[in-house]
Parts: sequence; structure tokens; C-alpha cells
Amino acid sequence: MDTNTIIEQFKKRFSSEILEVTVKSPKRASITVRPEKIVSISEYLYKKAELRFIIASALHTRKGFEIHYHFSKDAVGLILNIHVILDKINPQIESLSNMFNASNWIEREMHELLGIDFINHPNQEKLISEGNWAEGVYPYRKEFK
Amino acid sequence: MSKKTLIPIGPYHPLQEEPELFKLYCDGEIVKDIKWETGYNHRGIEKLSESKTYEQVFFLVERVCGICSTSHPFAFANAVEEIAGVEITDRAKYIRTIIGELERIHSHLLWVGLAGHFLGYNTVFMWAWKYREPVLDLFEMITGNRNSYAMFKVGGVRRDIENNKMDAIRKAMSDLRKKLDLLTGAVMDDPVIHARTKGVGILTKQDIIDYAAVGPTARASGVAIDVRMDDPYAAYPLVNWKVITAETGDVFAKAEVRLLEMFESVTIIEQCIDKLEKLKEGEITVKVKEIPEGIGTGRAEAPRGEVFHCVVSDGSNSPARHKIRAPSYVNIATFRKSCIGQTIADATISLAAVDPCYCCTERMAAVYDVSTGKKIMNARELIESSEKSTREQREKLINRK
Repeated sequence: MDTNTIIEQFKKRFSSEILEVTVKSPKRASITVRPEKIVSISEYLYKKAELRFIIASALHTRKGFEIHYHFSKDAVGLILNIHVILDKINPQIESLSNMFNASNWIEREMHELLGIDFINHPNQEKLISEGNWAEGVYPYRKEFK
Repeated sequence: MSKKTLIPIGPYHPLQEEPELFKLYCDGEIVKDIKWETGYNHRGIEKLSESKTYEQVFFLVERVCGICSTSHPFAFANAVEEIAGVEITDRAKYIRTIIGELERIHSHLLWVGLAGHFLGYNTVFMWAWKYREPVLDLFEMITGNRNSYAMFKVGGVRRDIENNKMDAIRKAMSDLRKKLDLLTGAVMDDPVIHARTKGVGILTKQDIIDYAAVGPTARASGVAIDVRMDDPYAAYPLVNWKVITAETGDVFAKAEVRLLEMFESVTIIEQCIDKLEKLKEGEITVKVKEIPEGIGTGRAEAPRGEVFHCVVSDGSNSPARHKIRAPSYVNIATFRKSCIGQTIADATISLAAVDPCYCCTERMAAVYDVSTGKKIMNARELIESSEKSTREQREKLINRK
């Protein structure tokens, strides 16, 4: 399956969830989607299209909190970014960790550093600063000095 | 529920090079559950990166990891060059590849040695580290440093490998090949190593997919992923080599993959040197004026697996957000699959089999006499002494007959 087929099939299946599609090169593409459907989208990518979850990058910007879920299709060298924009005040999104273990630690880390809440995460404890960091202070938010 | 004994490994333990805490919950000799604590050395590099210019970030990410100190600049360069749309020169591509592969050889040798040490088999440790030394000497000759080579920049590399150094590299590679033959034979045919590593710490293909493990850990379980082949960068598409895999997924398979990969690295370096000699010296950089707004994802195959960098640029001279994913982040998590149900003695080698790296390096500036408290050397004298030793090293290697 090449990059175009993957993206076309994705568009067909999730047409109502897609907000924007950017194909930068045959090996790099980004799709902005509605955050509510992240579990079914990831399930499709992981189980049907057989993409590997690399990692997620969270950002705090003017738009609010953004997460790029990076998926890789190793056979064609494609990195597919699934981009979601979350609420400014109360950022939350469904956890992917009940589907695959690969997202377990990164979701804990994003919760710890940016204060994004992952609904139904099996164990949303702190990952790196257990017991030596104040509650409710998120060092990767822009207001943190 | 039966009573379990807690056996801690860490946070500071002589078996581990770096601080982390494994809590092994055991029933008799058998590990029943395992918990992991980290963060002892969290340095906030991603946050720090936002306050540095693109040129400075290279020196910062080089210090993410002391062993694979070129894989992070490699992935970062790939990410930034993707945003800026830069194509580097052929000479820079070959030099980047040589540095990356030399690093793979010395990192894999380090792991083979440590694995021997974990098994209580110190002959392997001594041998592997002895053969690693000439590789570090090559690094000193090429870059001036044995580690943290400072070779990469946006649009190319900082130093050339001049043609008068090629023979020294070629000689070192042919010497190394003989020694690798010896070491591989010694490890792969040893009945003690077979007994300790075969069928131990098995990760199935499904475990690899579930945890998204990468690098030799994945390849030892028959998942043939390698960024160098799948999403080729630098000079990897210009040379011939093959991806090494094994099927059994145990510790032995991981050792096998790493040992055989070193031969591929030697082949890659030899081809790069041959091609480098035909190119004009000095053409190692292209000018990059500014980094436009955008998002770039770069990856590189480090000795431990795929290093992933995501850089978000707002058009200024420093990253707006910089996400780093080191391969150990996904590989270490597989310990729940590889260790539970094993004996305590096997758990240590299963933990070590993914070549965990907790990423710490410390910087030294002055040396004090412990008894008198007097300063023996200051930073400048240390640098001078190091430069002198590098000059001598270079002359020795280049003039070697």
C-alpha cells in the first residue's frame, strides 16, 4: 500500500472527521481531525492500515493544546501525523493505551508536563517526577516561567 | 495473595551505568511483577531547546545520550532540513553516514561487553571493550573528540574528513573485521552463553507491535524495520547493505543481530570511504539562511533503534517546540513482557538486552586534589592537554605503516 492509497482510503472512511489534509512529500503527511474520534481513527490506522505508533508531541499554542500523533508506515517510509486541537481551558482526549501499550508512557508524560487529561487511561500516574514536583504545575505550558 | 519479596535494582546500582529503579516483586526466585521508576536525571532538554538557536540545539541534543551522541543531531538535522527544504552535498552525506556507522560499531561493542559482564562472563567484556578502543581513536582523529563529536550542523557537517585520513580508516576497518570475526565466533559458539541467553527474555512479534519497539530489539523478533532502509537519509540509499534480522526474539537473537550488524557497518564505511575519495575536498556545507514556519519530523536509526525528532518552527531562530523520542523510551517498556516469569538471574540480562540508555552525561570543568582541595588543572589546561593528545593521536594513526 503506498502513501496515496493510505491517505485516500483514510479520507473515504473518515470524511466527516477530517478538518485539513496536508501532503508535504510522498513520505510526510499530516491530517487534522476532530479529537472526539481519535480512538476509532487510531484503531483503523493500527489494526487495518497496520501503521506503527511512533510517539505523540503535545504543544501549547495560541489555539489551545495541540497533539500530533505520529504514525509510521515502515514499508513505504511514511510518517503520518494525526493532528488534534484540544480545548484551551480543559484539555482532554480519549486515551489510546487500552488499544496498544506504546502510548501508555507518553500519555502519562503529556499529562504530567502539560496537564492534558487522558480519559480512560489505565494508570495516569506521573512518569518522571513522582513525589518531587508540585501538583497542578505544568512546566511545558507557555505561562510557566 | 501470596507474599512477595521486593528486590530493588537501583536507583544507583553497580550493574547499571545510569540511575533508574527497577522493583522486582519475586516469589522465591521467580519474578512475578515489575515496576519501573525514572526521572532521576530528567534535565528538561525539550524545554531547554526552545531557548536555544538552531545552531546551539545541535550541541544540546548531542548531550541527550553519551553513547549514541550523533544519532540525536542526525535526527534533528533531518527534521530541520525537512522544514527548510535543504538538500546537503554528497560529501556531507557520506561523512554523516561514516560517523553514524562508526558510532553503531562502538555502541554495539559496548553492549556486547556489558552483556558479557551482566552474565558474569568478563572475558567477553574485556575483549569487546578492547576492540572498541581503536574505533574511539578513529573518532578522535576525525572529529577531535572520542565522544560528543560536534560534527553536525544545519546544511552539512562542521569538519571534513580529508583524503590523507582515508588509509588510516581503511586500515582500522580491516583490522576490526578480523577482530569482529573472532569475537562473533567466541560469542555465538560458546555453550555457556547459549545456556544463559537462549530462550531467555523472549519478545514475540505481537509484543513488538503492541509496544512499538524499534531497532535491534524489534529485528531480533523478526520485525524487519530499519529507518536506514525504510525512510533512507544521508548516504544510505547510495551504498549496498542489508538489514539483519533474527526470528527467536530471545537475548541470544538480540546479541546475534547486533554482532552481525557491525559487519554491515564496516561494509558501509568502506564503501563511503571509496566514494568520498573521488569527491572534491571541502564541499561539506550548503548555506541555510532561515528556517521557515512549519513542522518537521526527522528520524535516524541509532544503535538502539529509531530516534525521532519533531520540530515545530514559528519562523524565528529557535524551535517553538521540540519533541525528542529516544528508542529506549519504547524499548524499555517491553520489560513487562520479557522479565515476568523469569528467574531473578535471567531478569537482569533480559533488562539489559534492549540496551537501555537512560541518557546522562556529566560535564567536567576542573580537577581538584581530594586531600588538599587545591585545583590541579583548570578548564583551559584540560582543553590544551586534550588537544595535544588529539594531535599526537592523529599523527600516530596517519603515519602508521
